[in-house]
Amino acid sequence: MVDFTLWDILRNLLLAARWTIVLSLVAFVGGGAVGLVLLVVRLGRNRIAESLIAGYVQVFQGTPLLMQLFLLYFGIALFGIDTSPWVAACLALTLYTSAYLTEIWRGCVDAVPRGQWEASASLALSFGQQLSHVVLPQALKIAVPPTVGFLVQVVKGTALASVIGFVELTKAGGMIANVTYEPLLVYGCVALIYFTICFPISLYAGVLERKLHVGQR
Amino acid sequence: MSASADPSATNAVLVAPHTEIGAPVVRITALRKSFGELEVLKGIDLDVMRGEVVAVIGKSGSGKSTLLRCINGLEVFQQGSLVVDGKPLLHESALAMRELRQRVGMIFQSFNLFPHLSVGRNVMLAPRLVKKRKAEENEARARQLLERVGLAEKFDAMPDQLSGGQQQRVAIARALAMDPAVMLCDEITSALDPELVGEVLRVVESLAEEGMTLLMVTHEMGFARKVADRVIFMHQGRVHESGTPEAIFGAPQTPELKQFLSSLHD
Repeated sequence: MVDFTLWDILRNLLLAARWTIVLSLVAFVGGGAVGLVLLVVRLGRNRIAESLIAGYVQVFQGTPLLMQLFLLYFGIALFGIDTSPWVAACLALTLYTSAYLTEIWRGCVDAVPRGQWEASASLALSFGQQLSHVVLPQALKIAVPPTVGFLVQVVKGTALASVIGFVELTKAGGMIANVTYEPLLVYGCVALIYFTICFPISLYAGVLERKLHVGQR
Repeated sequence: MSASADPSATNAVLVAPHTEIGAPVVRITALRKSFGELEVLKGIDLDVMRGEVVAVIGKSGSGKSTLLRCINGLEVFQQGSLVVDGKPLLHESALAMRELRQRVGMIFQSFNLFPHLSVGRNVMLAPRLVKKRKAEENEARARQLLERVGLAEKFDAMPDQLSGGQQQRVAIARALAMDPAVMLCDEITSALDPELVGEVLRVVESLAEEGMTLLMVTHEMGFARKVADRVIFMHQGRVHESGTPEAIFGAPQTPELKQFLSSLHD
């Protein structure tokens, strides 16, 4: 039987953690982009588009991410498209993230006083100009803490990609635990790595929140 | 008092509107507006001549603020027509709305300055985006207008560093920067501490003297009496009585106006 040192375990886990980080970034950038588009469409006050997006948000917030991953992974295959766990995981996490972010951001836009819309409209600004020069810059300030906070959820959510066979931190942990017969040690290390990624983000969100309060007085 | 002054001749700060002197800048015909079942404007006919200063008074809920907000399209009305400086108000056309809004300046009760922009940028934003005014010309004009409202030294200040009265004066400069043909003032001193009301009213008064067309909803009866050419008393969604300040305040005809005026003295 082969002996595994702690360094062997950690090294392999850290290599797999790269994929957790990449997957988180893809989900966050992709989800942020989709979420922003959905937000702008939603603010356009088209009734049909608005209810469609509201439905989209409800579906992704009302079902477990695990089911979304399964459904996308096996669902895409059903259409005869050859899909990899990587593509399915990226897609599922992007959609999941976009649904949450568009909802968070809509709340932030709603928090900008109505008078700002009215004043900018009275100055003959177009809808796009109102958004980009008056409303979004103010909403952005409000949005930073909850958005960064949600990033932590996304990082932890990537662990679920292991169920469709994508080898990221959790999946690698399971595999290493199986060969080393040291599940407690291995999963302890896995948890520690997640914490090392997430804790600075949480900390940063807290700092941003305090900064914002100082700004508002 | 102000109808005789030609703004283009007397003061370079204000730009002359398209409308001829003595012709109506705002023409409201049979305007009706409801919020759901509740009809708040029940057929308003009102012409505001170029250079005229019109004060709108009345109880809260009489529809005076709604009327003002209809003129620049912040409220949608169901019937009637509205023309500002030759441009008809068409709610369906975003382009027509923006054309019209370039001719209408609006000052709000709650100032509504953009808190993330400096005072100078507040004034320069709309001319830059909408009128595509050149940067240097835009800045020179913004500085000129801020000087005009007595805030030349606040160009780089942020709105939250200013008092309410100063913020409202910035809002006036911001509206003037778009060279409007008419200014709408919606209870612009109601959110101010009493000691700050005077500085804002003095700016409005000087605009009136320079020939700016003004339509203001106000609770400052002394100011309306002093500055307005015509006072309109609104009651239950209609223009109930209108006339010169002397007639309205000195010799009210209807019992509703008499009651409203006497209620102010209690």
